[in-house]
Amino acid sequence: MATKKMAIIATKGALDMAYPPLILASTAAAIGWEVQVFFTFYGLQLLRKDLSGIAISPLANPAMPMPVPMPVVVSVMPGMQAMATSMMKAKMKKKGVASLEELRSLCQEAEVKFIACQMTVDLFEFSKDDFIDGIEYGGAATFLKFAGETDVCLFI
Amino acid sequence: MNFDKEFDASGLACPLPIVKTKKSLADMASGQVLRVIATDPGSVCDMQAFAEQTGHTLLSSGEEGGKYVFMLKKA
Repeated sequence: MATKKMAIIATKGALDMAYPPLILASTAAAIGWEVQVFFTFYGLQLLRKDLSGIAISPLANPAMPMPVPMPVVVSVMPGMQAMATSMMKAKMKKKGVASLEELRSLCQEAEVKFIACQMTVDLFEFSKDDFIDGIEYGGAATFLKFAGETDVCLFI
Repeated sequence: MNFDKEFDASGLACPLPIVKTKKSLADMASGQVLRVIATDPGSVCDMQAFAEQTGHTLLSSGEEGGKYVFMLKKA
């Protein structure tokens, strides 16, 4: 049986959207698939050494379950995003959900290839020092070369 | 049923039971049996899918004392 391949484009940097690419990549690697994740635009946040800035906002996020119903006018108040983020992180920890850092290192251990989009690295004026080691830098052609050979290809 | 190694994934949520099962199998020899304990209800379907994808044999899948218990024979 030929090794299956999966390519993911990770474009989002909010806490909730940070999970799917890392969960799928780590699991696919665990079942023996070859995996590449291409991080572009806000997805680049997931490659930063320090992930503590990754947050979730109740604002413009009407589907987010809240302990009490929260009017939009409250959601915009200072500190609400930090509060929602710390509540979500505490809940995740309680429920045994891995941290982003743990999932990311499980991916790297399992040889998932991480590629940072060079164009957006330059656009946001990131330095390579902002990012973890062991990643590659490339563009659309780099992604498509691998994506063209995959069994599963996702845009997240 | 006899087993050679045990991995307790109690309290862990998706994808950790699967990803860490894979890690637990890494230092085992072909034919050895890993016993996995989990509390994640999703692990019942996930362990089956993991076995099918990887070629390891899921010898048994059941519940004991409110937890899910799997026996995996390494390919």
